[in-house]
Amino acid sequence: MTPTFAGQLINLLAALLLLIAFAMLSQRRVLSLIYLFAWQGFVLVLSTTLVAYSTGQHHLYYSAALTLILKVFALPWILHRLIIRLNIKWDVETLINIPTTMLLGIVLVIFAFNLALPISQLASTVTKNTLGIAMACVLLAFLMMITRRKAVPQVIGFLAIENGLFFAATSATYGMPMVVEFGVALDVLVGTFIFGIFFFQIRETFDSLDIHHLEKLKED
Amino acid sequence: MELIILLGVPLAAGLLLALYGHKERAAELNAVMSFLTFVAAAFLTARVIRDGPMMVWEENFFIDSFNVFLVALTAFVGFTTSLFSRPYMRNEHHAGKLNPARLRLYHSMFQLFMFTMLLALLTNNMGILWVAMEAATLTTVLLVSLYRTPASLEAAWKYFILCGVGIAQALFGTILLYFAAERVIGGGGTSLLWTHLNDVKGQLEPTVLSLAFVFLLVGYGTKVGLAPLHNWLPDAHAEGPTPVSAVLSGLLLNVALYAVVRAKVLVDGALQTHFAGNLMMGFGLFSVVVGAFFLSRQKDVKRLFGYSSIEHMGIVTFAFGMGGPIANFAALLHMTVHSLTKSAIFFTVGHAAQKTGTQLIANIRGLADTNPAIGWGLMLGSLAILGMPPFGVFASEFLILTTAMHEHPWATPFLLVSLGVAFAAVFSRVQEMVFGETTAKRLPHSPALIPVFIHLGLVLMLGLYIPPYLADWYRQAAALIG
Repeated sequence: MTPTFAGQLINLLAALLLLIAFAMLSQRRVLSLIYLFAWQGFVLVLSTTLVAYSTGQHHLYYSAALTLILKVFALPWILHRLIIRLNIKWDVETLINIPTTMLLGIVLVIFAFNLALPISQLASTVTKNTLGIAMACVLLAFLMMITRRKAVPQVIGFLAIENGLFFAATSATYGMPMVVEFGVALDVLVGTFIFGIFFFQIRETFDSLDIHHLEKLKED
Repeated sequence: MELIILLGVPLAAGLLLALYGHKERAAELNAVMSFLTFVAAAFLTARVIRDGPMMVWEENFFIDSFNVFLVALTAFVGFTTSLFSRPYMRNEHHAGKLNPARLRLYHSMFQLFMFTMLLALLTNNMGILWVAMEAATLTTVLLVSLYRTPASLEAAWKYFILCGVGIAQALFGTILLYFAAERVIGGGGTSLLWTHLNDVKGQLEPTVLSLAFVFLLVGYGTKVGLAPLHNWLPDAHAEGPTPVSAVLSGLLLNVALYAVVRAKVLVDGALQTHFAGNLMMGFGLFSVVVGAFFLSRQKDVKRLFGYSSIEHMGIVTFAFGMGGPIANFAALLHMTVHSLTKSAIFFTVGHAAQKTGTQLIANIRGLADTNPAIGWGLMLGSLAILGMPPFGVFASEFLILTTAMHEHPWATPFLLVSLGVAFAAVFSRVQEMVFGETTAKRLPHSPALIPVFIHLGLVLMLGLYIPPYLADWYRQAAALIG
């Protein structure tokens, strides 16, 4: 595989990531959101493996494997179990203004590319062009968290932010040191468990997973 | 060796208490383990004072005068909080607010929280620092929702989401830092080590580092409780159990600020400008003003002191932002006395709330009448935190104010007015709570008030006399920060 071909493939995968980020933004079904999240993880694994192969950075194979286990299997599985046990598998969220959200998303993408420009000019990696996309994924996941009113999609948005950051680390620097990546993965895993416990606590107390129940504490 | 005990004890205690935390003697075990941690911290401190900065385990841990003082403070407040929580949690249990499973969760998570704090302070790796800070959120989030009331769930959710998103920004900042480092040092595990970064800080790419600092400041600043990112803080302080409020306010905020200051040292070296300092001054001053003006609107006593923490962390951030030997010295002193005083206040407030069965200021009356120790503890603690001489807070605030007058005169009116507003708001409320007709009842387990007076005694001592080795130690740390 020639370097340019590999580079183009990585660009293609990055574009796919961005597409999935937009799809998540507009997806109303909780179940489909989880699938999209798993797919995003899978694309991340592919691109990381490709970067590892084309640059000979062996430690990236490990982080790809870690991502595969954590983000393609473990986290979606946990979330899936959760929504079955919470009995919200077929939940549909009413999202208002999907077109506006999408337009806002496009603005964010442009902003992300501008922000990433000075950094990617300095980068020496083959993947430097994808840094803008990574930042766009982070910002889109942010937007998703803001627009959602239900707890589970908010958490998926939170995890998608982490996906974007992981991609940013790969494209700017070929990944963080291994010990840090393990630490981050551990935190994400524990965090998801705690979110899971939380869903049950919220449900038990409010009979629903709607976040607007959680907006009572205000200054009066 | 000390380091292994220091980190190993809370970790082991966390796991042990996860199994036995609901047993009769768990509170004592918790206190003993915290005491062991404190002893290890004391030995480590003695060694650093004697031999100077040290690196341990292939440079993965780095201890200098800056972090060792925070380690000692963290271990000490952790120990006194465990003493306080023994009767406090028993009373809560007695009042039917907790069941054995939640008690077990509390004990285990308390120790794990101490572990993550100490790890964040001791590690030399900026990446591990991030991991430990995130882990600190994870360990405390279930403690904030320990009572499972609607309000506590809301507070915990807010805490989790806001700090989670905040800390995600800090991760991006860390990635940028690594990116800049990799170009100078090369890849691999060592280029995120703070000491290595510090050695080459002059060569790090300025644009990348300034961007990294913005993300790190916003990220860790969320955990410091800097306005306008402070929303989670009063809720989490008010709704969680009081020992958790005490350690959040006294320790977590300090450790998050420690992370910011470590980053500032690198950025200052790379930029050779006052960019990082200016940002910190701006955020700090805004927090002081916001914290002080929100104080007068509070009805819940723990929220009141939560906002006071925002104000004080603002003062410290502002002082670190000014930089220079005196301001840094004052900031370190203020960190110490704020931790000690604020945790002492939370100890008294916790028992006061238990005695009256409410956290509403309007319903807490006449504490001095039924239990003079609680009443006067709260009164003295409040006077101390408001910066009355001869307490240590006065000394540090005085130093910060005079430096500000000298170097940034425009900031002084904001600081003075905020301190005045805070004084009026807190003092009038505390006075009502301490004096007047009482509504308090007796508690089944008598409160542990020795920690309160030890803390206040130390604060008083720091106001009158700073022991020479301590002053030396602050000075070294202040010089290090630059």
